[in-house]
Amino acid sequence: MPYDVSPFFLSLKVAGISTFFVFITCLLLARFMAKKEFFGKSFVESLILLPLVLPPTVIGFGLIYLFGVNGPLGSLLEQWFGVRVVFTWGGAVIASFVVSVPLMYQSTLAAFEQVDPRWENVARTMGLSEWRIFRTITFPLAWPGIFAGLILSFARGIGEFGATLMIAGYIPGQTETVPLAIYFAYEAGQMGKAAFWVLIISSLGLAGISWLNYWRRKNSVRLGRE
Amino acid sequence: MLHVDFKKRLEHFELTVEFELRQEILALIGSSGSGKTTLLNCLAGINQPDQGEISLGSKHFYKDGQKPLKIQKRNVGYLFQDYALFPHWNVERNILSGLSRKADLTHVKELTELLGINALLQKYPHQISGGEKQRVALARALAAKPDILLLDEPFSALDDETRSRCQGELLRIHEVWQIPVIFVTHRKADAETLADRVIRIEKGQMTEQQRT
Repeated sequence: MPYDVSPFFLSLKVAGISTFFVFITCLLLARFMAKKEFFGKSFVESLILLPLVLPPTVIGFGLIYLFGVNGPLGSLLEQWFGVRVVFTWGGAVIASFVVSVPLMYQSTLAAFEQVDPRWENVARTMGLSEWRIFRTITFPLAWPGIFAGLILSFARGIGEFGATLMIAGYIPGQTETVPLAIYFAYEAGQMGKAAFWVLIISSLGLAGISWLNYWRRKNSVRLGRE
Repeated sequence: MLHVDFKKRLEHFELTVEFELRQEILALIGSSGSGKTTLLNCLAGINQPDQGEISLGSKHFYKDGQKPLKIQKRNVGYLFQDYALFPHWNVERNILSGLSRKADLTHVKELTELLGINALLQKYPHQISGGEKQRVALARALAAKPDILLLDEPFSALDDETRSRCQGELLRIHEVWQIPVIFVTHRKADAETLADRVIRIEKGQMTEQQRT
């Protein structure tokens, strides 16, 4: 390898962990929002989607405020678990999580809403419990949309730059993800290194999206939607 | 004996129904949007009446002042319009999905034989025809040995020949199972062929019709 490849593995680690938590959070959130009507629902949804329209610097500022050593969440984490997230790769995970949640939430909500409620009602008349209905009918039928959301969230996590730079900083070998490596290589005039990472990340993105399109088409045929 | 006596406010009118049904076949006829499917949904527990009572034997499905009986506890076989087969499961799993793993499957084997769908068991819903879907959905609705069978426009998507065959199968099954059957139809001819009794619902008001 012509260059240190640790940014690649760090990016995979950050995006992987962030996507896992995004998956759990959005599955619960979307399921709740798809089924329940309550006062202020529209406002809560706006809050969930807010990171989509905020500049990365605003998200980064908010995260530093919350997770900084003296911030309300940062001080609690340090006090209870002895964990500090600012200027660590954990901060990069949190930044990826925040920017990925709206994408995953939208995909998952749309996927749940696409599942015909008659299927759930048929299953109820057949005596299936609500948990079994979710596990064996709703989730598998929503899976193509949920999976698309996972891929998008993972890609967004890999590509996260602005908020990551603010909360995790640029510490080579510790918080240097691929987007940060590209930016600082370019700043330092190392065009070869920047182009190398651009090529890697672009190829990865293209392969991911092509495979996702293929998989969705195949799955649509299986579910009789085409 | 099924006892139905309830009111439910719909968008443009109030659905008011009152009837009793033994182990007979009842046809519900009437124009679209007159409240027929809502009536089936109230019996199944998908919708709840505003007031009144629904009971089947000693089981109270709905009674004023009491919590409605959960759908899962009603033991209702419901064949939805367009059948609503689970698209990700093959025919066999669609039919068996409501049964426990230890359940005796003798009656299911008889059912699939009676309905002529044994050859379809490994196929997926998108691989079978409308008539076959109808028979699979009927087998699924009956597999859990329901105490009552509800059919919403079961023959609407079928050609004349398939319709006539499916109606014959339904009559045979009813003869063997002896449970109350309620089916919704737009076609008076279906009601004449199958039903012991016919109820017309228009804008939420029911009238029992004499069979010709």
